Amino acid sequence: MTTMFGIPANVVYATAGVYALLFVASAIVWMMSRSDESGKYRELKDRVRSWWWMIGAFTLAMLASRTVAIVFLAFISYLALKEYLSLIPTRRIDRSVLLFAYLAIPLQFYWAAIDWYGMFIVFIPVWMFLVFPALMALRGETQGFLRAVGTLSWGLMMTVFTLSHMAMLLVSGDAENPVAGGLGLLFFLVMLTQFNDVAQYTWGKLTGRHRVTPTVSPKKTWEGLIGGIATTTLLASLIGPYLTPMDWRWSALAGLIIGVSGFLGDITMSAMKRDLGVKDTGGLIPGHGGILDRVDSLTYAAPVFTHFVRYFFYP
Amino acid sequence: MVRLLRFLFFAIVVRAVALVALGLTVPHRARLPKKGPAVLAANHNSHLDTLALMSLLPLRLLDTIHPVAAADYFAKPGGMGWFAKNIIGIIPVKRGSGKEGGNPLAPCEEALDRGDILIIFPEGSRGEPEALTTFKKGIGHLAKARPKVPVIPIFMHGLGKALPKGSALLVPFNCLVSVGELLYGRESHDAFVAELEARLTTLAAEEKLPAWE
Repeated sequence: MTTMFGIPANVVYATAGVYALLFVASAIVWMMSRSDESGKYRELKDRVRSWWWMIGAFTLAMLASRTVAIVFLAFISYLALKEYLSLIPTRRIDRSVLLFAYLAIPLQFYWAAIDWYGMFIVFIPVWMFLVFPALMALRGETQGFLRAVGTLSWGLMMTVFTLSHMAMLLVSGDAENPVAGGLGLLFFLVMLTQFNDVAQYTWGKLTGRHRVTPTVSPKKTWEGLIGGIATTTLLASLIGPYLTPMDWRWSALAGLIIGVSGFLGDITMSAMKRDLGVKDTGGLIPGHGGILDRVDSLTYAAPVFTHFVRYFFYP
Repeated sequence: MVRLLRFLFFAIVVRAVALVALGLTVPHRARLPKKGPAVLAANHNSHLDTLALMSLLPLRLLDTIHPVAAADYFAKPGGMGWFAKNIIGIIPVKRGSGKEGGNPLAPCEEALDRGDILIIFPEGSRGEPEALTTFKKGIGHLAKARPKVPVIPIFMHGLGKALPKGSALLVPFNCLVSVGELLYGRESHDAFVAELEARLTTLAAEEKLPAWE
């Protein structure tokens, strides 16, 4: 594997590609909104500006050092869990239990950082799953117990366990990916998942007619879904051989899996928002909403892709 | 020296806590005052309320921002009294002393005359977390005495979950600081206080707030 500044060369090229794409997208939006004074492009412009911040922060953290990268990913999990706990109904009695829930984040990412897969994979689904209901039971308040336990368990899985797969992929990938290391695998996953979001949105805006899930996410259309997944699959088959141990056929399959699971993550989070009666999960990212609105597709794509690669390409 | 400490405390500690441990969503942020004199009137659930509000105003205004606080609680000798006076920069007011004939709000009026920004919690105390209680009348008297000073109603939610009365444990929660449209004092302080309460209720109704029971 050739490296530049200690980073796999192909990851450097991929990063340059992302910035080139972002630059082109910014130019298009600027052209579109240049002569417009009605302000209808306001959200689109906010969105593009936020993309610069997000991609800037992400690439900087990933390329800085392994430790910085893992702390950055853990911080995303923290923001996601905080946003989730602030959105859902909670009980006063559980305040200190919720503080412990935050402490699960550094531990979970530490297991990933030291490549201890066995602990990483059971820590939240087994240990935290058992500990928190017991803690709540010991506090003695049974009113609303089931709802509190259920919402906390699901929240920890969605915001910590699933997203921490990004860190696991980063650390464990070095030994298994001679082409571009763990960083190559992580870039492949995150780039394609976010690209898939944009592709589905764009195809839907341009050609969308038939709704997929009218009750959950009325803006999602079959045209957007299929067009987006097809574009993602195509892009995956082109870049996969340079970033992952997969040939173009396997890469295409991975792209398909990322496209579909990204969509499922998106509508799952949408269903939660509908249930809570909110449009966005927060206001952290202008034009996008909250952090959960941005990482919703990753909550499914990250574990699904990680286990797909593990199953077929790890010894 | 103390002034530098106060600046560093608000520039670094308070902003870091507000950004990382809390995360403030601020609907209608543009309604915050750009300069004094002004009165920020907010509901009160937590010691963090003051800090959260102060973190939203630009640092160049810091020297002019003064929370109005109960003298019996905050203006005691010792570490806490020193901190409240010098770092937070409170203006102590004697609760209930208006009945004795003096004007307990005189220091507040003087501050407004200097062009300062006051933070007042008309509920008087933090009370039950995340529940609005009846407003005290002091703010009505102050607005009546300085009818040209804008009063900005502010509704806050979530800080009482992060650090409620009686707890020393900060649990991270995203918090809401919704800024209302300004209003001015009038002849009847009761009518003013009623209007202020109504504004806060309206701001609260704009948001979808999760249960906290």
